[in-house]
Amino acid sequence: MSNATPLLHIEGLKIRRGGVQVLDLPRFSLSAEEKVAVIGPNGAGKSSLLLGLACLIGRDCGRVIFQGSEVTPREETAFRRSIAMVFQEPLLFDTTVLDNVAEGMRIRGKGRSESRELAMESLELFRIGHLARRSAHKISGGEAQRVSLARAFAVRPKLILMDEPFSSLDLPTRIVLAEDLGRILHESGTAALIATHDRIEALRVVDRLVVMDGGVVVQEGTPKEVMEQPVNAFVAAFRRTTGTVAG
Amino acid sequence: MELILDGIRTAIALIFSLDREVLAITLLSLRVSSCATLASLLIGVPAGVFLALSNFPGRRLVVSLVNTGMGLPPVVVGLFVTIFLWRNGPLGFLEILYTPSAMILAQSVIATPLVTGITIAAIQNLPANLKLQVRALGATRLQTVWILVRESRLPLLAAVMAGFGGVISEVGASIMVGGNIKGQTRVLTTATVMETGQGNFDKAIALSLILLLLAFAVNYLLTVIQQRERPR
Repeated sequence: MSNATPLLHIEGLKIRRGGVQVLDLPRFSLSAEEKVAVIGPNGAGKSSLLLGLACLIGRDCGRVIFQGSEVTPREETAFRRSIAMVFQEPLLFDTTVLDNVAEGMRIRGKGRSESRELAMESLELFRIGHLARRSAHKISGGEAQRVSLARAFAVRPKLILMDEPFSSLDLPTRIVLAEDLGRILHESGTAALIATHDRIEALRVVDRLVVMDGGVVVQEGTPKEVMEQPVNAFVAAFRRTTGTVAG
Repeated sequence: MELILDGIRTAIALIFSLDREVLAITLLSLRVSSCATLASLLIGVPAGVFLALSNFPGRRLVVSLVNTGMGLPPVVVGLFVTIFLWRNGPLGFLEILYTPSAMILAQSVIATPLVTGITIAAIQNLPANLKLQVRALGATRLQTVWILVRESRLPLLAAVMAGFGGVISEVGASIMVGGNIKGQTRVLTTATVMETGQGNFDKAIALSLILLLLAFAVNYLLTVIQQRERPR
Protein backbone atom coordinates (compact mmCIF):
# COMPACT_ATOMS: atom_id res chain seq x y z
CA MET A 1 0.00 0.00 0.00
CA SER A 2 1.30 3.50 -0.75
CA ASN A 3 1.87 6.15 1.93
CA ALA A 4 -0.43 8.61 0.15
CA THR A 5 -3.92 9.33 1.54
CA PRO A 6 -5.94 6.15 1.06
CA LEU A 7 -8.91 6.27 -1.26
CA LEU A 8 -11.07 4.85 1.48
CA HIS A 9 -10.49 4.64 5.18
CA ILE A 10 -12.79 3.19 7.81
CA GLU A 11 -12.52 3.71 11.55
CA GLY A 12 -14.46 1.97 14.30
CA LEU A 13 -17.26 0.73 12.07
CA LYS A 14 -19.84 -1.30 14.00
CA ILE A 15 -23.10 -2.59 12.56
CA ARG A 16 -25.96 -4.42 14.25
CA ARG A 17 -28.71 -6.20 12.33
CA GLY A 18 -31.70 -7.69 14.12
CA GLY A 19 -30.09 -6.96 17.48
CA VAL A 20 -26.92 -8.91 16.64
CA GLN A 21 -23.55 -7.32 16.00
CA VAL A 22 -22.59 -8.38 12.48
CA LEU A 23 -19.58 -6.15 11.92
CA ASP A 24 -16.83 -4.76 14.10
CA LEU A 25 -14.10 -3.18 12.03
CA PRO A 26 -11.67 -0.99 14.03
CA ARG A 27 -9.65 0.06 10.98
CA PHE A 28 -9.62 -0.66 7.27
CA SER A 29 -8.03 1.14 4.32
CA LEU A 30 -8.04 0.81 0.58
CA SER A 31 -5.64 2.61 -1.77
CA ALA A 32 -6.55 4.06 -5.14
CA GLU A 33 -6.54 1.34 -7.80
CA GLU A 34 -6.15 -1.41 -5.17
CA LYS A 35 -8.19 -4.59 -5.60
CA VAL A 36 -9.17 -6.37 -2.40
CA ALA A 37 -11.20 -9.53 -1.89
CA VAL A 38 -13.07 -10.16 1.34
CA ILE A 39 -13.49 -13.86 1.94
CA GLY A 40 -15.18 -15.78 4.72
CA PRO A 41 -17.97 -18.21 5.47
CA ASN A 42 -21.66 -17.30 5.37
CA GLY A 43 -22.49 -14.81 8.12
CA ALA A 44 -18.88 -13.59 8.32
CA GLY A 45 -20.01 -10.00 7.79
CA LYS A 46 -18.84 -9.56 4.17
CA SER A 47 -22.14 -8.19 2.84
CA SER A 48 -22.63 -6.01 5.92
CA LEU A 49 -19.18 -4.52 5.34
CA LEU A 50 -20.04 -3.59 1.75
CA LEU A 51 -23.53 -2.29 2.56
CA GLY A 52 -22.27 -0.34 5.57
CA LEU A 53 -19.42 1.09 3.59
CA ALA A 54 -21.80 2.27 0.86
CA CYS A 55 -24.00 3.80 3.60
CA LEU A 56 -26.89 1.59 2.47
CA ILE A 57 -27.56 0.24 5.97
CA GLY A 58 -27.40 2.11 9.25
CA ARG A 59 -24.24 1.88 11.31
CA ASP A 60 -24.06 2.06 15.09
CA CYS A 61 -20.83 3.98 15.03
CA GLY A 62 -17.74 4.54 12.95
CA ARG A 63 -16.42 6.84 10.29
CA VAL A 64 -16.12 6.33 6.55
CA ILE A 65 -13.47 8.62 5.07
CA PHE A 66 -13.36 8.85 1.28
CA GLN A 67 -10.57 10.72 -0.48
CA GLY A 68 -9.63 12.36 2.81
CA SER A 69 -13.13 13.64 3.68
CA GLU A 70 -15.54 12.07 6.13
CA VAL A 71 -18.81 10.92 4.58
CA THR A 72 -21.49 12.63 6.69
CA PRO A 73 -25.18 11.68 6.39
CA ARG A 74 -25.77 14.72 4.16
CA GLU A 75 -23.02 13.64 1.78
CA GLU A 76 -24.00 9.99 1.47
CA THR A 77 -25.72 10.39 -1.92
CA ALA A 78 -22.78 12.37 -3.32
CA PHE A 79 -20.43 9.67 -1.98
CA ARG A 80 -22.49 6.91 -3.63
CA ARG A 81 -22.20 8.82 -6.91
CA SER A 82 -18.40 8.42 -6.70
CA ILE A 83 -18.60 4.67 -6.25
CA ALA A 84 -20.65 1.78 -7.68
CA MET A 85 -21.99 -1.46 -6.33
CA VAL A 86 -22.78 -4.80 -7.94
CA PHE A 87 -24.99 -7.31 -6.14
CA GLN A 88 -25.21 -11.08 -6.34
CA GLU A 89 -28.35 -10.82 -8.51
CA PRO A 90 -28.07 -8.56 -11.57
CA LEU A 91 -31.16 -6.53 -10.45
CA LEU A 92 -31.79 -5.10 -13.90
CA PHE A 93 -34.63 -2.71 -14.63
CA ASP A 94 -37.57 -3.61 -16.84
CA THR A 95 -36.27 -1.82 -19.93
CA THR A 96 -33.61 -2.30 -22.60
CA VAL A 97 -30.06 -3.31 -21.77
CA LEU A 98 -28.81 0.09 -23.01
CA ASP A 99 -31.20 2.06 -20.78
CA ASN A 100 -30.25 -0.11 -17.82
CA VAL A 101 -26.61 0.81 -18.26
CA ALA A 102 -27.50 4.46 -18.88
CA GLU A 103 -29.57 4.71 -15.67
CA GLY A 104 -26.65 5.71 -13.42
CA MET A 105 -25.82 8.65 -15.69
CA ARG A 106 -29.51 9.65 -15.94
CA ILE A 107 -29.63 9.67 -12.12
CA ARG A 108 -26.62 12.00 -12.17
CA GLY A 109 -28.52 14.41 -14.41
CA LYS A 110 -26.82 13.64 -17.72
CA GLY A 111 -28.87 13.95 -20.92
CA ARG A 112 -30.38 10.92 -22.63
CA SER A 113 -28.06 10.85 -25.65
CA GLU A 114 -24.87 11.44 -23.65
CA SER A 115 -25.95 8.76 -21.15
CA ARG A 116 -26.62 6.28 -23.93
CA GLU A 117 -23.29 7.04 -25.57
CA LEU A 118 -21.40 6.35 -22.33
CA ALA A 119 -23.56 3.28 -21.70
CA MET A 120 -22.69 1.92 -25.14
CA GLU A 121 -18.97 2.36 -24.40
CA SER A 122 -19.38 0.40 -21.19
CA LEU A 123 -21.32 -2.35 -22.95
CA GLU A 124 -18.54 -2.64 -25.54
CA LEU A 125 -16.01 -2.87 -22.71
CA PHE A 126 -17.80 -5.99 -21.51
CA ARG A 127 -18.24 -7.25 -25.10
CA ILE A 128 -22.04 -7.09 -25.01
CA GLY A 129 -22.70 -4.12 -27.28
CA HIS A 130 -24.84 -6.38 -29.47
CA LEU A 131 -27.36 -6.75 -26.59
CA ALA A 132 -28.02 -2.99 -26.32
CA ARG A 133 -31.53 -3.02 -27.79
CA ARG A 134 -32.64 -6.26 -26.14
CA SER A 135 -35.02 -6.34 -23.18
CA ALA A 136 -32.98 -6.81 -20.00
CA HIS A 137 -35.41 -9.55 -18.96
CA LYS A 138 -34.76 -11.62 -22.07
CA ILE A 139 -31.04 -12.28 -21.70
CA SER A 140 -29.15 -15.12 -20.02
CA GLY A 141 -27.86 -15.03 -16.43
CA GLY A 142 -24.26 -14.54 -17.54
CA GLU A 143 -25.25 -11.73 -19.91
CA ALA A 144 -27.36 -10.11 -17.19
CA GLN A 145 -24.40 -10.08 -14.79
CA ARG A 146 -22.25 -8.51 -17.52
CA VAL A 147 -24.93 -5.82 -17.95
CA SER A 148 -24.91 -5.25 -14.19
CA LEU A 149 -21.11 -4.82 -14.26
CA ALA A 150 -21.34 -2.56 -17.32
CA ARG A 151 -23.91 -0.42 -15.47
CA ALA A 152 -21.53 -0.08 -12.52
CA PHE A 153 -18.51 0.81 -14.69
CA ALA A 154 -20.48 3.22 -16.89
CA VAL A 155 -20.50 5.88 -14.16
CA ARG A 156 -16.68 5.80 -14.05
CA PRO A 157 -16.55 5.01 -10.30
CA LYS A 158 -13.40 5.52 -8.28
CA LEU A 159 -14.30 2.44 -6.24
CA ILE A 160 -16.49 -0.52 -7.10
CA LEU A 161 -18.03 -2.77 -4.44
CA MET A 162 -19.07 -6.26 -5.50
CA ASP A 163 -21.08 -8.61 -3.34
CA GLU A 164 -20.61 -12.19 -4.58
CA PRO A 165 -21.01 -11.00 -8.19
CA PHE A 166 -20.51 -14.39 -9.85
CA SER A 167 -22.00 -16.78 -7.33
CA SER A 168 -25.12 -17.47 -9.38
CA LEU A 169 -23.18 -18.29 -12.57
CA ASP A 170 -21.86 -21.61 -13.81
CA LEU A 171 -18.10 -22.31 -13.67
CA PRO A 172 -17.14 -21.66 -17.33
CA THR A 173 -19.10 -18.37 -17.35
CA ARG A 174 -17.50 -17.41 -14.03
CA ILE A 175 -13.96 -18.01 -15.31
CA VAL A 176 -14.44 -15.95 -18.47
CA LEU A 177 -16.20 -13.13 -16.61
CA ALA A 178 -13.53 -13.06 -13.85
CA GLU A 179 -10.82 -12.71 -16.50
CA ASP A 180 -12.69 -9.90 -18.24
CA LEU A 181 -13.35 -8.17 -14.93
CA GLY A 182 -9.68 -8.44 -13.90
CA ARG A 183 -8.61 -6.92 -17.22
CA ILE A 184 -11.12 -4.07 -17.05
CA LEU A 185 -10.30 -3.28 -13.41
CA HIS A 186 -6.61 -3.03 -14.20
CA GLU A 187 -7.06 -1.08 -17.42
CA SER A 188 -9.48 1.40 -15.85
CA GLY A 189 -7.49 1.74 -12.62
CA THR A 190 -10.67 1.35 -10.58
CA ALA A 191 -10.26 0.28 -6.96
CA ALA A 192 -12.39 -2.73 -6.01
CA LEU A 193 -13.64 -4.46 -2.91
CA ILE A 194 -15.09 -7.87 -3.70
CA ALA A 195 -16.92 -10.02 -1.19
CA THR A 196 -16.69 -13.58 -2.36
CA HIS A 197 -16.70 -17.28 -1.65
CA ASP A 198 -15.07 -17.92 -4.96
CA ARG A 199 -11.36 -18.53 -5.34
CA ILE A 200 -11.56 -17.66 -9.05
CA GLU A 201 -12.74 -14.13 -8.28
CA ALA A 202 -10.49 -13.82 -5.26
CA LEU A 203 -7.24 -14.94 -6.79
CA ARG A 204 -7.46 -13.84 -10.41
CA VAL A 205 -8.47 -10.29 -9.71
CA VAL A 206 -7.08 -9.00 -6.42
CA ASP A 207 -3.90 -7.65 -4.80
CA ARG A 208 -4.96 -8.33 -1.20
CA LEU A 209 -7.14 -10.80 0.67
CA VAL A 210 -9.08 -9.97 3.82
CA VAL A 211 -10.44 -12.93 5.77
CA MET A 212 -13.52 -12.26 7.90
CA ASP A 213 -15.28 -14.43 10.45
CA GLY A 214 -17.96 -13.52 12.98
CA GLY A 215 -18.01 -9.91 11.80
CA VAL A 216 -14.29 -9.26 12.41
CA VAL A 217 -11.18 -9.38 10.23
CA VAL A 218 -9.14 -12.44 11.24
CA GLN A 219 -6.40 -12.31 8.61
CA GLU A 220 -5.14 -9.93 5.95
CA GLY A 221 -2.36 -10.07 3.38
CA THR A 222 -1.46 -10.88 -0.20
CA PRO A 223 -3.22 -13.96 -1.58
CA LYS A 224 0.04 -15.88 -1.25
CA GLU A 225 0.56 -14.88 2.41
CA VAL A 226 -2.98 -15.77 3.37
CA MET A 227 -2.93 -19.08 1.54
CA GLU A 228 0.40 -20.10 3.06
CA GLN A 229 -0.71 -19.47 6.63
CA PRO A 230 -4.42 -20.14 6.83
CA VAL A 231 -5.86 -18.74 10.01
CA ASN A 232 -8.99 -20.87 10.17
CA ALA A 233 -10.73 -23.87 8.64
CA PHE A 234 -12.45 -21.74 6.03
CA VAL A 235 -9.16 -20.41 4.65
CA ALA A 236 -7.63 -23.89 4.80
CA ALA A 237 -10.53 -25.27 2.78
CA PHE A 238 -10.26 -22.30 0.44
CA ARG A 239 -6.56 -23.13 -0.07
CA ARG A 240 -7.24 -26.83 -0.70
CA THR A 241 -9.58 -25.96 -3.56
CA THR A 242 -7.18 -23.38 -4.92
CA GLY A 243 -4.20 -25.31 -6.28
CA THR A 244 -1.55 -22.81 -7.37
CA VAL A 245 -1.69 -19.41 -5.79
CA ALA A 246 -1.17 -16.16 -7.57
CA GLY A 247 0.51 -13.45 -5.83
CA MET B 1 -85.78 -14.43 -22.84
CA GLU B 2 -88.02 -12.08 -24.84
CA LEU B 3 -87.36 -9.42 -22.21
CA ILE B 4 -83.59 -9.74 -22.60
CA LEU B 5 -83.76 -9.67 -26.40
CA ASP B 6 -85.98 -6.58 -26.23
CA GLY B 7 -83.45 -5.00 -23.90
CA ILE B 8 -80.58 -5.72 -26.29
CA ARG B 9 -82.59 -4.32 -29.22
CA THR B 10 -83.41 -1.19 -27.22
CA ALA B 11 -79.76 -0.85 -26.17
CA ILE B 12 -78.58 -1.03 -29.77
CA ALA B 13 -81.21 1.50 -30.79
CA LEU B 14 -80.27 3.84 -27.93
CA ILE B 15 -76.56 3.57 -28.66
CA PHE B 16 -76.81 4.08 -32.41
CA SER B 17 -79.49 6.78 -32.25
CA LEU B 18 -77.22 8.70 -29.84
CA ASP B 19 -80.14 9.25 -27.48
CA ARG B 20 -79.42 12.56 -25.77
CA GLU B 21 -80.39 11.46 -22.27
CA VAL B 22 -78.46 8.17 -22.46
CA LEU B 23 -75.44 9.97 -23.89
CA ALA B 24 -75.52 12.52 -21.06
CA ILE B 25 -75.85 9.74 -18.46
CA THR B 26 -72.97 7.79 -20.03
CA LEU B 27 -70.69 10.81 -20.24
CA LEU B 28 -71.45 11.77 -16.64
CA SER B 29 -70.70 8.20 -15.50
CA LEU B 30 -67.41 8.31 -17.36
CA ARG B 31 -66.51 11.77 -16.02
CA VAL B 32 -67.37 10.98 -12.38
CA SER B 33 -65.63 7.60 -12.34
CA SER B 34 -62.56 8.85 -14.25
CA CYS B 35 -62.14 11.81 -11.88
CA ALA B 36 -62.60 9.52 -8.86
CA THR B 37 -60.04 7.04 -10.26
CA LEU B 38 -57.58 9.86 -10.93
CA ALA B 39 -58.05 11.24 -7.42
CA SER B 40 -57.59 7.77 -5.93
CA LEU B 41 -54.37 7.34 -7.93
CA LEU B 42 -53.04 10.71 -6.78
CA ILE B 43 -53.68 9.74 -3.16
CA GLY B 44 -53.37 5.93 -3.27
CA VAL B 45 -50.09 5.54 -5.17
CA PRO B 46 -48.00 7.85 -2.92
CA ALA B 47 -49.71 6.40 0.18
CA GLY B 48 -49.04 2.84 -1.02
CA VAL B 49 -45.40 3.62 -1.84
CA PHE B 50 -44.94 5.24 1.59
CA LEU B 51 -46.49 2.27 3.40
CA ALA B 52 -44.46 -0.22 1.35
CA LEU B 53 -41.13 1.49 1.92
CA SER B 54 -41.46 2.88 5.44
CA ASN B 55 -41.21 1.30 8.83
CA PHE B 56 -42.98 2.98 11.73
CA PRO B 57 -44.85 1.82 14.84
CA GLY B 58 -48.41 0.92 13.87
CA ARG B 59 -47.57 0.34 10.20
CA ARG B 60 -49.14 -3.14 10.25
CA LEU B 61 -52.34 -1.72 11.70
CA VAL B 62 -52.48 0.92 8.95
CA VAL B 63 -51.85 -1.70 6.24
CA SER B 64 -54.60 -3.89 7.78
CA LEU B 65 -56.98 -0.92 7.68
CA VAL B 66 -56.11 -0.32 4.02
CA ASN B 67 -56.72 -3.98 3.23
CA THR B 68 -60.05 -3.82 5.04
CA GLY B 69 -60.87 -0.66 3.09
CA MET B 70 -60.40 -2.59 -0.18
CA GLY B 71 -63.76 -4.20 0.56
CA LEU B 72 -65.61 -1.10 1.82
CA PRO B 73 -69.36 -1.45 1.17
CA PRO B 74 -70.39 1.49 -1.08
CA VAL B 75 -73.55 2.12 0.95
CA VAL B 76 -71.47 2.61 4.10
CA VAL B 77 -69.24 5.05 2.21
CA GLY B 78 -72.38 6.76 0.87
CA LEU B 79 -73.81 7.08 4.37
CA PHE B 80 -70.71 8.65 5.89
CA VAL B 81 -70.01 10.95 2.95
CA THR B 82 -73.65 12.11 3.15
CA ILE B 83 -73.27 12.80 6.89
CA PHE B 84 -70.03 14.71 6.28
CA LEU B 85 -71.55 16.77 3.46
CA TRP B 86 -74.92 17.33 5.18
CA ARG B 87 -75.76 20.98 5.86
CA ASN B 88 -74.61 20.69 9.50
CA GLY B 89 -71.82 18.19 8.77
CA PRO B 90 -68.08 18.89 9.01
CA LEU B 91 -67.89 19.50 5.24
CA GLY B 92 -71.37 21.00 4.90
CA PHE B 93 -69.89 24.40 4.02
CA LEU B 94 -68.79 22.94 0.68
CA GLU B 95 -72.47 22.66 -0.36
CA ILE B 96 -71.77 19.85 -2.81
CA LEU B 97 -74.26 17.21 -1.61
CA TYR B 98 -76.37 15.92 -4.55
CA THR B 99 -73.84 17.15 -7.10
CA PRO B 100 -71.34 15.21 -9.27
CA SER B 101 -68.57 16.53 -6.95
CA ALA B 102 -70.10 14.61 -4.03
CA MET B 103 -70.23 11.49 -6.21
CA ILE B 104 -66.56 11.92 -7.15
CA LEU B 105 -65.70 12.30 -3.46
CA ALA B 106 -67.63 9.16 -2.47
CA GLN B 107 -66.20 7.12 -5.34
CA SER B 108 -62.68 8.32 -4.48
CA VAL B 109 -63.18 7.03 -0.93
CA ILE B 110 -64.14 3.64 -2.39
CA ALA B 111 -61.27 3.47 -4.90
CA THR B 112 -58.40 4.87 -2.81
CA PRO B 113 -57.94 1.82 -0.53
CA LEU B 114 -58.01 -0.43 -3.61
CA VAL B 115 -55.26 1.59 -5.30
CA THR B 116 -53.27 1.90 -2.06
CA GLY B 117 -53.47 -1.82 -1.29
CA ILE B 118 -52.45 -2.89 -4.80
CA THR B 119 -49.60 -0.33 -4.78
CA ILE B 120 -48.28 -1.72 -1.47
CA ALA B 121 -48.33 -5.26 -2.92
CA ALA B 122 -46.71 -4.11 -6.19
CA ILE B 123 -43.81 -2.33 -4.48
CA GLN B 124 -43.28 -5.13 -1.96
CA ASN B 125 -43.15 -7.70 -4.75
CA LEU B 126 -40.11 -6.04 -6.32
CA PRO B 127 -36.80 -7.90 -5.70
CA ALA B 128 -35.66 -7.29 -2.11
CA ASN B 129 -32.35 -5.69 -3.09
CA LEU B 130 -33.69 -3.52 -5.94
CA LYS B 131 -34.14 -0.51 -3.66
CA LEU B 132 -30.55 -0.90 -2.44
CA GLN B 133 -29.33 -1.21 -6.03
CA VAL B 134 -31.13 2.00 -7.04
CA ARG B 135 -29.69 3.87 -4.06
CA ALA B 136 -26.25 2.39 -4.80
CA LEU B 137 -26.52 3.95 -8.27
CA GLY B 138 -26.57 7.31 -6.51
CA ALA B 139 -30.30 7.99 -6.58
CA THR B 140 -31.83 10.49 -4.17
CA ARG B 141 -34.87 9.41 -2.14
CA LEU B 142 -37.22 10.94 -4.70
CA GLN B 143 -35.40 9.32 -7.63
CA THR B 144 -35.50 5.98 -5.78
CA VAL B 145 -39.27 6.23 -5.32
CA TRP B 146 -39.76 7.22 -8.96
CA ILE B 147 -37.69 4.28 -10.25
CA LEU B 148 -39.46 1.80 -7.96
CA VAL B 149 -42.88 3.07 -9.11
CA ARG B 150 -41.70 2.83 -12.73
CA GLU B 151 -40.61 -0.77 -12.11
CA SER B 152 -44.07 -1.52 -10.67
CA ARG B 153 -45.95 0.01 -13.58
CA LEU B 154 -47.58 -3.23 -14.75
CA PRO B 155 -49.14 -4.13 -11.40
CA LEU B 156 -50.04 -0.46 -10.98
CA LEU B 157 -52.11 -0.67 -14.15
CA ALA B 158 -54.04 -3.39 -12.34
CA ALA B 159 -54.62 -0.83 -9.59
CA VAL B 160 -56.10 1.57 -12.17
CA MET B 161 -58.34 -1.21 -13.50
CA ALA B 162 -59.45 -2.25 -10.02
CA GLY B 163 -60.10 1.36 -9.01
CA PHE B 164 -62.08 2.23 -12.14
CA GLY B 165 -63.93 -1.09 -12.12
CA GLY B 166 -64.84 -0.59 -8.47
CA VAL B 167 -66.36 2.86 -8.94
CA ILE B 168 -67.99 2.66 -12.39
CA SER B 169 -70.07 -0.27 -11.16
CA GLU B 170 -71.03 0.95 -7.68
CA VAL B 171 -74.52 2.27 -7.07
CA GLY B 172 -75.05 2.63 -3.32
CA ALA B 173 -72.81 5.62 -2.71
CA SER B 174 -73.73 7.39 -5.96
CA ILE B 175 -77.45 7.23 -5.26
CA MET B 176 -77.02 8.37 -1.65
CA VAL B 177 -74.75 11.36 -2.27
CA GLY B 178 -75.92 12.17 -5.79
CA GLY B 179 -79.64 11.60 -5.45
CA ASN B 180 -80.09 10.37 -9.05
CA ILE B 181 -81.28 13.80 -10.21
CA LYS B 182 -82.19 13.81 -13.89
CA GLY B 183 -79.74 15.81 -15.97
CA GLN B 184 -77.49 16.46 -12.96
CA THR B 185 -76.41 13.39 -11.03
CA ARG B 186 -78.00 10.50 -12.90
CA VAL B 187 -75.36 7.97 -13.90
CA LEU B 188 -75.64 4.54 -15.56
CA THR B 189 -75.91 2.56 -12.31
CA THR B 190 -78.45 4.83 -10.61
CA ALA B 191 -80.48 5.09 -13.82
CA THR B 192 -80.50 1.28 -14.12
CA VAL B 193 -81.80 0.94 -10.55
CA MET B 194 -84.53 3.52 -11.26
CA GLU B 195 -85.67 1.96 -14.54
CA THR B 196 -85.75 -1.49 -12.92
CA GLY B 197 -87.84 -0.10 -10.07
CA GLN B 198 -90.28 1.36 -12.56
CA GLY B 199 -90.53 -1.94 -14.46
CA ASN B 200 -88.84 -0.55 -17.59
CA PHE B 201 -86.70 -3.66 -17.97
CA ASP B 202 -85.79 -3.03 -21.61
CA LYS B 203 -84.31 0.37 -20.78
CA ALA B 204 -82.64 -1.03 -17.65
CA ILE B 205 -81.03 -3.80 -19.72
CA ALA B 206 -79.96 -1.26 -22.31
CA LEU B 207 -78.31 0.93 -19.66
CA SER B 208 -76.58 -2.03 -18.02
CA LEU B 209 -75.26 -3.19 -21.41
CA ILE B 210 -73.80 0.27 -22.02
CA LEU B 211 -72.26 0.11 -18.53
CA LEU B 212 -70.72 -3.27 -19.30
CA LEU B 213 -69.41 -2.06 -22.66
CA LEU B 214 -67.90 1.01 -21.04
CA ALA B 215 -66.20 -1.02 -18.30
CA PHE B 216 -64.98 -3.51 -20.90
CA ALA B 217 -63.63 -0.80 -23.24
CA VAL B 218 -61.62 0.91 -20.49
CA ASN B 219 -60.28 -2.36 -19.10
CA TYR B 220 -59.48 -3.66 -22.59
CA LEU B 221 -57.44 -0.54 -23.30
CA LEU B 222 -55.53 -0.89 -20.04
CA THR B 223 -55.04 -4.63 -20.58
CA VAL B 224 -53.58 -4.01 -24.06
CA ILE B 225 -51.08 -1.56 -22.56
CA GLN B 226 -50.26 -3.97 -19.72
CA GLN B 227 -49.78 -7.02 -21.95
CA ARG B 228 -47.71 -5.09 -24.50
CA GLU B 229 -45.30 -4.12 -21.71
CA ARG B 230 -45.20 -7.58 -20.16
CA PRO B 231 -41.77 -9.26 -20.42
CA ARG B 232 -42.05 -12.44 -22.52
